[in-house]
Amino acid sequence: MSAEAEAAGNGFNIHPMDQFVVKPLFGHGDIGVFTITNVTLWMGITVLAIIALLVLGTRGRAVVPSRSQSIAESIYVFVHKMLEDIAGKEGLKYFPYIFTLFIFILVANILGLIPGAFTTTSHIAVTAVMAMAVFTTVTLIGFYKNGVGFLGLFWISSAPLVLRPILAIIEIISYFVRPISHSIRLAGNMMAGHAVIKVFAGFAGALGVFSVFPIVAIMAVYGLEMLVVCIQAYVFAILTCVYLNDALHPGGH
Amino acid sequence: MAVEGDLVQMGALIGAGLACTGMGGAAVGVGHVVGNYLSGALRNPAAAAGQTATMFIGIAFAEALGIFSFLVALLLMYAQ
Repeated sequence: MSAEAEAAGNGFNIHPMDQFVVKPLFGHGDIGVFTITNVTLWMGITVLAIIALLVLGTRGRAVVPSRSQSIAESIYVFVHKMLEDIAGKEGLKYFPYIFTLFIFILVANILGLIPGAFTTTSHIAVTAVMAMAVFTTVTLIGFYKNGVGFLGLFWISSAPLVLRPILAIIEIISYFVRPISHSIRLAGNMMAGHAVIKVFAGFAGALGVFSVFPIVAIMAVYGLEMLVVCIQAYVFAILTCVYLNDALHPGGH
Repeated sequence: MAVEGDLVQMGALIGAGLACTGMGGAAVGVGHVVGNYLSGALRNPAAAAGQTATMFIGIAFAEALGIFSFLVALLLMYAQ
């Protein structure tokens, strides 16, 4: 790999971007559409972890919840309240979609923090699919619910008439930029955070006795990353709710 | 020809580095959002809890523009 050759030239023993390389799980062949790669493996682990949390957690249905039941229930209530606050009662029909997005991103992000694990959400290909799905769904819902009235989202009737065409252009650009910013925000945050940890790990390898300082820094950055992965999952879900609200009530702003 | 390619590569890498200054703008934007939220929240703590979601949406929008500079850097480095 060129990354490994570069790493050897720099004197670092690990290249910070090596962790994002998609590799086939078995053998060293080319990667096709159906090749089982480390992305496939970690997505599968994410789905299994979610199933384990939700199915095993809510199996007992005790009045006084156990720890896993309490985690599952609080995530459910959290997403439910977020959706109801932002998109109103009509938005609750789309609760399964928002909940699926939120819990998948959250668990994939958290599993990606395990040393040696692969962060599936650090790849723009993965997040772009989710963001495009949100964009398409929201646009279709908007046109289905409001018909042509959905275009009122771009024609702000509270603004002065002279400004409206200019605002319409800005609104249309910002509408079509949504899937780009939505996907790259998540992927960029994951990639940058994990690369920072790896860069500090490279310092720790190069400094010998003084590597205690980079290791302390890694611990601090790791704590910050723990916060960032949760916030990014929250931000992805809440922006989906905001877009959904725009589709359900286009004149609302 | 090889020198020309090197020059283009150099220009692209310098441009990618310059695009990183966009991070500063995103940092100012996010700091502004959170700072104003905090000063508002300290004046009226009762209303603070209801506005955390709005704060996060504001952070996300401010951050999005910093992310476009990251995108420009990526495009300069890898997409030519």
